[in-house]
Amino acid sequence: MIGPDGQLSPGPGGRLARVPWWLLALGLAAAIFACRVATSAVYGEILAALLAGLTVTLAVTAVTFPLAIGLGLLTALGLVSPHPFRRNVALLYVQVARGVPILVQIFIAAFVLVPLGIDALHGLGGGQGALGALRSSDVPMGVRVVAALAFAYGAFEAETIRGGLTSLARGQAEAARAVGLSQRQALRHVLLPQTFGRILPTLGNDLISLLKDSSLVSVLGVRDITQEARLYASANFRYTESLTLLAFFYLALTLLLALLVRGLEARYRRHAA
Amino acid sequence: MPPENPAPAPPVLEARGLVKRFGAVTAVAGISLQVQAGRVTAILGPSGSGKSTLLRCLNFLEVPDAGEVWFEGRVVRPRDRELDALRARVGMVFQQFNLFPHLSVLENVALAPRVVARIGRPAARERARALLARVGLADKEGAHPAELSGGQQQRAAIARALAMEPAALLFDEPTSALDPELTGEVLAVMRSLAAEGTTMVVVTHEVAFARAVAHEVVFMDAGEVVERGPPAEVIDAPTHERALRFFRR
Repeated sequence: MIGPDGQLSPGPGGRLARVPWWLLALGLAAAIFACRVATSAVYGEILAALLAGLTVTLAVTAVTFPLAIGLGLLTALGLVSPHPFRRNVALLYVQVARGVPILVQIFIAAFVLVPLGIDALHGLGGGQGALGALRSSDVPMGVRVVAALAFAYGAFEAETIRGGLTSLARGQAEAARAVGLSQRQALRHVLLPQTFGRILPTLGNDLISLLKDSSLVSVLGVRDITQEARLYASANFRYTESLTLLAFFYLALTLLLALLVRGLEARYRRHAA
Repeated sequence: MPPENPAPAPPVLEARGLVKRFGAVTAVAGISLQVQAGRVTAILGPSGSGKSTLLRCLNFLEVPDAGEVWFEGRVVRPRDRELDALRARVGMVFQQFNLFPHLSVLENVALAPRVVARIGRPAARERARALLARVGLADKEGAHPAELSGGQQQRAAIARALAMEPAALLFDEPTSALDPELTGEVLAVMRSLAAEGTTMVVVTHEVAFARAVAHEVVFMDAGEVVERGPPAEVIDAPTHERALRFFRR
């Protein structure tokens, strides 16, 4: 745990203890599995199906994450605002978004809010013209699910960004204001760049979580890799093969992302104080 | 009312009856202070006497509970835009330097001219280079603050405070975080600024510096000014009991 030098350490051990056995074990499993996949017609079919869904999985993640960061940034500024109104709106959002399961949020967005919104539009437009012709079914499930995921993840990002902002020394904000920067300029040029440098590891974890949670889009029938695997499995009664390959897909993607984030961190850490 | 004499230039910075409380503690208990152009005012006193709070009230890093701050003959109202304008014209140097760790030394100095004065990046950098040369850091412009010694960081912070061509500079215990070896290089820069006629308000524990450089010394205790005058009077011949004890150390 905590070594004699006061540092958190993985414990004593020589060269053998430092070998990343977990990675080797995983690599070995992947290699064996890859051989099975390469030599089996069934696996070949599943692989093709999953590759077809890969774009959707990646697109959902890639579109949702910036939206969640933007929403989180706005909310974080509300959370640290001296304005009671802004702070309370932000708090309300964070508590609601974190207190309701993401799956339930997706259902509500898709089957409650979108129909309600369409009805409201009809009410405003009096059912005339293009507005009047708009139906719930014109809002793609992919859009509904991205909105719901962004809403849910925006609350996590808000807490992450708020934590980073409040961890900065008070002197940074003071020094920025003391040279004449406005509040907005101080945030943009001094506080937020340092905040993002600090919270990069957490953002990376959140991105990985989001990639995994993007599998929830399958409940609305959006054909991501999870949905493709389920469709193939139930159509061909090949649950073991489909779900195992699906799991490996996610694992490969998350490991890849983790490496990417670690690389980014190393670049940013040079000057982080 | 017609003026009888040509009006004397107003003080650059003036405090009128400033009061600042933190809960039950009154840190500044109704202090007035005039800072004339080209003069150095040193604020001395024991720890906790309210020196730093008084200084921080002058550019509204602490918003005073009562009293007024006047800048170049006009009262400053604590509104965002007016405060931004005041702070751009009154530089501040902090005890802990507070350089921006994610920016190079050059960018630290160039930031306000670029973002607040909007003089353009090349002009901002040119000005920053000149200021860094003035504090003896011409060779460090590409370094980040973490790569500098404490004395170098504080000199860079002084260059940053000068970047908006301020009418006055506030120093909040600029050498208290430095070991004695590095204190000298910072005091030397401050001496040369004073010699060039920079208007300065310096909260400090460096009595020798105050004696040599200050035109006026303000001695504070328990939130009040107990003595003020030229250093020869306040430091070398104090009359108040608390000041006597302080300077006899």
